[in-house]
Amino acid sequence: MTLDLLLFLGLALIAVLAAAGMLASRDAVYSALFLVLNFLTVAMLYLLLNAAFIAMVQVTVYAGAIMVLFLFVIMLLGTGREVIGGPQRWQPALAVLLVAALAGEILFILLGPAAQMGTEMLAAGPQFGSPASVGRVLFSEYLVPFEVISILLLVAMVGAIVITRVQRRSQS
Amino acid sequence: MLWSEAAQAEGLFLYAPWIVVLPVIGLILNLLFGRRMGERFVSIVACSAVASAFVIAVLQFLALQGHPEGATVHVADWITIGTLSAPWALKIDTLSATMMLMVTGVSTLIHIYAVGYMHEDVRFQGDPGRYTRFFVFFNLFVAAMMILVTADNYLMMFVGWEGVGLCSYLLIGFWYEKGEGGIGNALAGKKAFITNRIGDFGFLIAMFLIFGTAGSLQFDQVFHWVEGHGLASAGVVTAITLFLLLGATGKSAQLPLYVWLPDAMAGPTPVSALIHAATMVTAGIYMIARSGPLFEAAAFSSELAALIGAATALFAASIAVGQYDIKRVLAYSTISQLGFMMAAVGLGAYVAGMFHLVTHAFFKALLFLSAGSVIQGVEHGHHHAAHGEEEGEHFDPNDMRNMGGLRTRMKVTFWVYLTGALALAGIPPLAGFFSKDEILADASAESTAVYILLAVAALFTAFYMGRQILMVFFGKARSDAAAHARENPPVMTVPLIVLAGLSIVGGALNLPGVHTLTHWLEHTIHVHASEFNLQVALLSVIFALLAILAAWQLYGRKPLAKGQPDPLRRILGPIFVGMENKWWVDELYGFLFIQPYVRLAHFLAEVIDWRFWHDWFHDSVLGRAFKIFTHWLAGPFDLQVIDAIANGLGTLTQGASARLRVLQTGYVRNYALAVLVGGLLALSYFIFG
Amino acid sequence: MNIPPAYVLALSGILFAMGVLGVMIRRNAIVIFMSIELMLNSANLVLIGAARAMAPAVEALRGHVFVFFVIAVAAAEVAVGLALIVAIFRTKGTIDVDEVSSLRG
Repeated sequence: MTLDLLLFLGLALIAVLAAAGMLASRDAVYSALFLVLNFLTVAMLYLLLNAAFIAMVQVTVYAGAIMVLFLFVIMLLGTGREVIGGPQRWQPALAVLLVAALAGEILFILLGPAAQMGTEMLAAGPQFGSPASVGRVLFSEYLVPFEVISILLLVAMVGAIVITRVQRRSQS
Repeated sequence: MLWSEAAQAEGLFLYAPWIVVLPVIGLILNLLFGRRMGERFVSIVACSAVASAFVIAVLQFLALQGHPEGATVHVADWITIGTLSAPWALKIDTLSATMMLMVTGVSTLIHIYAVGYMHEDVRFQGDPGRYTRFFVFFNLFVAAMMILVTADNYLMMFVGWEGVGLCSYLLIGFWYEKGEGGIGNALAGKKAFITNRIGDFGFLIAMFLIFGTAGSLQFDQVFHWVEGHGLASAGVVTAITLFLLLGATGKSAQLPLYVWLPDAMAGPTPVSALIHAATMVTAGIYMIARSGPLFEAAAFSSELAALIGAATALFAASIAVGQYDIKRVLAYSTISQLGFMMAAVGLGAYVAGMFHLVTHAFFKALLFLSAGSVIQGVEHGHHHAAHGEEEGEHFDPNDMRNMGGLRTRMKVTFWVYLTGALALAGIPPLAGFFSKDEILADASAESTAVYILLAVAALFTAFYMGRQILMVFFGKARSDAAAHARENPPVMTVPLIVLAGLSIVGGALNLPGVHTLTHWLEHTIHVHASEFNLQVALLSVIFALLAILAAWQLYGRKPLAKGQPDPLRRILGPIFVGMENKWWVDELYGFLFIQPYVRLAHFLAEVIDWRFWHDWFHDSVLGRAFKIFTHWLAGPFDLQVIDAIANGLGTLTQGASARLRVLQTGYVRNYALAVLVGGLLALSYFIFG
Repeated sequence: MNIPPAYVLALSGILFAMGVLGVMIRRNAIVIFMSIELMLNSANLVLIGAARAMAPAVEALRGHVFVFFVIAVAAAEVAVGLALIVAIFRTKGTIDVDEVSSLRG
């Protein structure tokens, strides 16, 4: 058991528990906070995997911006606690069954084809995963998608504004 | 010198198609512009067209001087299907050149005559449009006759054959609103056409047989086949020749299909002269002469042809004796002379037949045109004199009983008529003597029966011509019209004089010993030079003179007075009645064929078509069946079957949709579940499948 | 840092399954959305793991670039999605997905 492995397993455990917490909590705010914890844990896992730049992006964008947005909306809508029961009572049971099937299939893959993957990873250089190297690839090979993504973000912004615009005329 | 210059025969032969094209151009010009441009234009165009066709014929004659074996000028590919090839090609050889020269030459003279004749017609009948129509048809006839004569194969000949038949019909019924009961002329035209059709049927069958056995319709190939297979297929060749003979009896007015020709006299006189004396009726003779090799291989048909010809000659001559209409006499005379020609070609004496064909064209055309001149003169007299007193509306200018004494009033007509009559009677040295005598000589050598029939017919011929001359020109005028008759203008009399000249010298074509025509024709057909039989010649001359003497005795000594019956009636009694009534042949045909046919047609039309089919079958059976069917369709079928299907589809759809609607729960989570199930299935396919 | 790639895959699979479960079970629209984010995140983890496994080849960084794009797209999607939820809340007064079932057949 090397240090890496221990570290990895610990972080993995926290991530899974946080995810479980997100699923289980009745209060939406608790769920959001659990998810933030999950993201942070995953960011650390990225660091372990020599993805420094991405780890920072994860923290900044995902945990920092996206989850904040979620919390804003939760606060805005002021949701109460979720009521158990109501229509579709059989849904959770069926869902668990199907997800178990999914998990089974993933396990099957892991034990089958994935088992042929080696356990050793080669040493990555110190520059691997650094912003410089990622940027080099991003702005040379993937320049066009990069530009397209920026347009996409613009479109999303405009869309969000349009959707939430208050229609004054129709209300009167 | 001229002949050697014409030795580029290939060059001159190539002008041959113009002989057909020039009359066609003439008729098209007249058709398009004639009515507007007037009589003068029409007459010039028409006569020039035919005259230039004559020039072309002369050119062909000159070309043949250098190349007597002839040539074939290919004009166009008409029919080429499988093994049947019938191009429009002109066969220029000595036989067709003879016909070309004769037809175009005589046609030109008759066209010129017709200019004057039809002008008088305009004055009397008052419609200038008819003038154009007449010359259009006349030119069309010449074109069709040229196609017939220059044909290279039986099919092209048939095209011309039909064409001249059509023109004959059009021209016989030219004055279509006149005649008995207002439709007499039209009926005459119809009779001509239908009778000809029966002959054409024979021609067609013969063509089918020819093609079936010889594999081709072109003369050269057919005759070549006959040479090789004639003996082996004697039965087929006999059948072919018998059908060809049927065609010839129709076109050339022999027994039993001659009945149309006397009625065809309803047409204008130039028509009778050209078509029914000189050209169209000779087409049958020409066709048999052309098909010589076929007839030589079928002895039965040849003998039959000879007998038919001889019998017709005598039969028609006997009828001619009892006729009063000046043109009817000439019509039956034509039938009789055609019988002579048919007998000649039937006996294998093609040269004699062609010789007589040419000379007969000269003097018969002359006689017809002169008869027209006589009729016209009498009509003039009728208009100037009587004005409705004695004669009135029913005055018949053709009736010889209304004539008499015209010798002094129409001098030129009298002399040319006399020339023609003597030529026809066979008095030497006029043309008719030589040609008729050659036929009689050949007949006496080949077949006694034919000779006897022909000799008696010649006797009758001389008699009735004498009778005619005496009744028309001698004695005193038997009517005011005849008393005031006057001669016709030169445009009509000059062609008569030319034809009279030809009738006088025409014998030179084939004088015994010199045999010009024989040598000319031997390049094309099998000939045998007939020897001059002094006995036969003398006998025929004596008979002719005796006949004329008898005629003089009856009609000349005591000329016929007005209203006096014919002296022959007393002498011959019932035989004369038979002659007068054409031996009741038309009535016999009517009884045997026409009445039953009309009755059958009536029966079919009235009983079968109207009462049975229309009234009973259509209304009762079909009508009722239809009603039942439609009721069934509208009721049980439509309501129970169609509606059931339509409504059933609707119900089915509703039921299915009601059941499927359950899936649309409206809950997003269910949809997500469905997606997951799909994803799982896909994944399992990738893993396990 | 030597971590067997299989372990990364396993973790990712577990997180993905839990995300799916969240989408199925929860009735709060926002929580469902968050489960979707969890699923996206697990995919990112696989990409990073694969990129690390291919190191030091220069193509390995493609994985990082891809994750970058995924995160950007996720951000855009969240913006629009939350706007939608807000709009639905304004209309329906609730974000319980079981309540917005007026499209039932």
